[in-house]
Amino acid sequence: MSALTSELITPELIALHQLSEPEYAKILKILGREPSYPELGIFSVMWSEHCSYKSSRLHLKKLPTTGARVVQGPGENAGIIDIGGGYAIAFKIESHNHPSFIEPFQGAATGVGGILRDIFTMGARPIAVLDSLRFGPGSDPQCGARNRRILEGVVSGISHYGNCFGVPTVGGETIFEPCYNGNPLVNVFALGVFKKDEIFYAKASGIGNPVIYVGAKTGRDGIHGASMASAEFTEESKQKRPNVQMGDPFLEKLLLEACLEAMHTGAVLGIQDMGAAGLTCSTCEMGSRGGLGIEIELDQVPQRETGMTPYEIMLSESQERMLLVAEKGREEEVFRVFHKWGLDAAAIGTVTGDGLLRVRHHGDIVVEIPNRELADEAPLYDRPRTEPPRLAPMEAPEFASADLNADLLTILSSGDVCSKRWIWEQYDYMVRTNTIAGPGGDAAIVRIKETGTSVAISLDGGGRYCALSPRAGARLAVAECCRNLSTVGALPVAATNNLNFGNPERPEIMAQLVEAIEGIAEACEFFDTPITGGNVSLYNETLGEGIFPTPVMGIVGLLETRAPLTMNFKAAGRVIILLGGLGSCNEARFGGTQYAKAVLDTLWGLPPALDMEYELRVHKAMREIVPLAESAHDLSDGGLAVAIAESSFGGVGVGAAIELNSLMRPEHLLFHEGPSRILVSTSDPEGVERIARTHSVEALRIGVTVDSAIRVSNNGVELLDLDIASAERAWQGGLGFPASWPVQNAHPWNNSRLFENSSAL
Amino acid sequence: MKFGVIVFPGSNCDHDAWYAASHNFGQEARFIWHDEHALGDVDVVILPGGFSYGDYLRCGAIARFSPVMAAVRKFAADGGLVAGICNGFQILVESGLLPGALMRNAGLKFVCAPVRIAAATTNSPFTNACEAGRPLTIPVAHGEGCYYADERTLDELEAEDRIAFRYIDNPNGSLRDIAGILNAGRNVMGMMPHPERATEPLVGSTGGRVIFESLIGALTLAR
Repeated sequence: MSALTSELITPELIALHQLSEPEYAKILKILGREPSYPELGIFSVMWSEHCSYKSSRLHLKKLPTTGARVVQGPGENAGIIDIGGGYAIAFKIESHNHPSFIEPFQGAATGVGGILRDIFTMGARPIAVLDSLRFGPGSDPQCGARNRRILEGVVSGISHYGNCFGVPTVGGETIFEPCYNGNPLVNVFALGVFKKDEIFYAKASGIGNPVIYVGAKTGRDGIHGASMASAEFTEESKQKRPNVQMGDPFLEKLLLEACLEAMHTGAVLGIQDMGAAGLTCSTCEMGSRGGLGIEIELDQVPQRETGMTPYEIMLSESQERMLLVAEKGREEEVFRVFHKWGLDAAAIGTVTGDGLLRVRHHGDIVVEIPNRELADEAPLYDRPRTEPPRLAPMEAPEFASADLNADLLTILSSGDVCSKRWIWEQYDYMVRTNTIAGPGGDAAIVRIKETGTSVAISLDGGGRYCALSPRAGARLAVAECCRNLSTVGALPVAATNNLNFGNPERPEIMAQLVEAIEGIAEACEFFDTPITGGNVSLYNETLGEGIFPTPVMGIVGLLETRAPLTMNFKAAGRVIILLGGLGSCNEARFGGTQYAKAVLDTLWGLPPALDMEYELRVHKAMREIVPLAESAHDLSDGGLAVAIAESSFGGVGVGAAIELNSLMRPEHLLFHEGPSRILVSTSDPEGVERIARTHSVEALRIGVTVDSAIRVSNNGVELLDLDIASAERAWQGGLGFPASWPVQNAHPWNNSRLFENSSAL
Repeated sequence: MKFGVIVFPGSNCDHDAWYAASHNFGQEARFIWHDEHALGDVDVVILPGGFSYGDYLRCGAIARFSPVMAAVRKFAADGGLVAGICNGFQILVESGLLPGALMRNAGLKFVCAPVRIAAATTNSPFTNACEAGRPLTIPVAHGEGCYYADERTLDELEAEDRIAFRYIDNPNGSLRDIAGILNAGRNVMGMMPHPERATEPLVGSTGGRVIFESLIGALTLAR
């Protein structure tokens, strides 16, 4: 055992590994001796916040995780729910915030790669990706140029990886706030489909079975990525660029096909991807889940570089690698598949009965740690917490609109509300021909070809609302996702979440985290959308400046496969109904709106009030109304006025003439963001009203669809009168990037000549 | 009709082409692995979209060396029908089966969008059911789809009526709005837009159906 004690473990080295004194004492107790250098590294990554959830685990237990459809809850690579017809879907959301700040393109690309592996490691073929992105504003006086560079880099990274891999990126959200200047958020959601009886788990089984390494060779990239993600950003962080991994989507595509094919041989018993903490995490977690040991010889690990130390091999976060346990004697069947796809596959060890992770290098034992203690008994902290800090005043400023038309145009062209076409046209959102509703709608819909069922997905994050009240903001995010799904006719069934917060060692940040988790728990319980997995990203701070508390929800719903109900008005002369009614607002509840942000450039008060009982009734009514509706669009950012405008941007020139009778002040009436409201156009208003009545939901006739204009009046006073074209121009151009097509071709061969030809026929 | 869909490592529209042919047109369709040396008994070969071999070099530059491409060349030389879609078009150009080159989009970004194209000739097995000049909405999804050739080649393509499709909304800066071309024998066609993605209303449009119908019609006639 000489190799286990050959290096000197100094207090400085321990501190460098971000292990506290009590944590190191626990390591000594587990091992009964001093750790070796590689062992120290292994404990450091496995017990990092990123891998162990040591600050959040205690509170994550409050989330509802079970339900009739849940096949697999949290704790595996992804959550799984039963969608009927013998099929299931696996889905999860994960963050890649820190790498995306340091190296936007590769950071975002490998974020996509990592979550895709989580899905197909379970045997599911990925069929949809969505992204929730948050950046500093491009107009920021100090950081604007950098913010734009990060946005461009992140978008092209996602585009590069997802497009090449062949998974459609079907939706998401993009938000801008100065608090993300030094800490952008890149949360990627992926979803895959498989037969219910062909699910694979990341669990070792069968003493003596071979442990097989497949995929890319191991290099020195990404060492200590997990620890990097568990610390605040400082000026030195930029020096950590080599800690960001490089992605190879082509290799991942091969790995996908090879893994699914190998799984079908029946020779694979368990499989896990190598993500954060690479070989370390996959070996000890598979061992721990199986209650078994794993012994590997590092000489057998395919390596990209020479002279790699055990420490480097175990901690490398090289991408596109998998670890699997196969049935003894059937190794060749597995190798044959991987070799067909041109991939490395090597037996690097065996499953043992002693519960230890034992690593050899040139035959010498360099690591020997009990799997369970390493993987599942990481320190658990009930960190002290106070109250969430007040990040904005309670009192509303004095304001009065000078021009409501101009206000609407300002909001339509603002970063959060404007069209994100420039972003999503860079993503192949159609590959695999399942996309029924792509980006730009309330929820994305992909069909499951095999069953006649479709899956709808909505991502929505807190941020601004959560800054005002983490608990209320989290509940509103859940409610909005479920409303989005109901608006397209889907029944919300399960959720995943990504919790992006600051430094949990600060009691006020910890309070935000706990409040948000409890808010999610209440809402997910209420809307019957259990959490089947997710991700926690803490230490989202740069130079001591924290982000808004930002929980991001990803909720999936189910519906029968059929032509989608979209948000755009289709024809003039239809009745417009505001399902849920005008809602209510007061000065305090107006401070988190897009009006406050884009027009008044300030933040105050509280988020909109949510009555979950009423919200749920609106959802139920909406799902019944779908067959009677020609369009439906949920009210959220920018309230009623923005919903009306967006519904008018369908390219057919149909807008709305709205007449209201309300005592609310015009700014509130048009722009308040009270939930539980959906804008519906229909040729059967009585039918819609009848359904609403049975659910005790207000269905207010507010106007009709008309050609080319957006007009709103209240008690006979005109509030808005815009032509659709100018409103749409503001909305389309808001992101500030020039459209990359169509390209005007200077050559004489042009469209008119094309049609001259056709008229000749 | 028997459709053969070539699968290169990195092809990712192979399944879509297979699904369109088999499910939306009821034709027999099968996959052909890139290191096979024979195509077997097929009537038409589709080189599908995707990122063959990762396309880290020029798109299609590695795929042209794939064993199956020798078989495709022979099949084409014998008059077999070959359709290259997106990456398949890039591979046909790299293989020399079609003239010109596909360069980085003029906007320098990947573009995924439904665009309008129109058949520029009806004199081919791929467009015989089309109406020349009538807009067809078919999606594009590519980063390198800007068709380029020297003036003489372009003139020649026009003179020989070998431009299969032109863009009405040119998404990538292709010269003379070229979206798809034919070889001299008119049995090999490459196009950047994805007709296989536009064969059922549920997923957006049906503008691609007429191309499959042309093929099926041509093959039925040939029997």
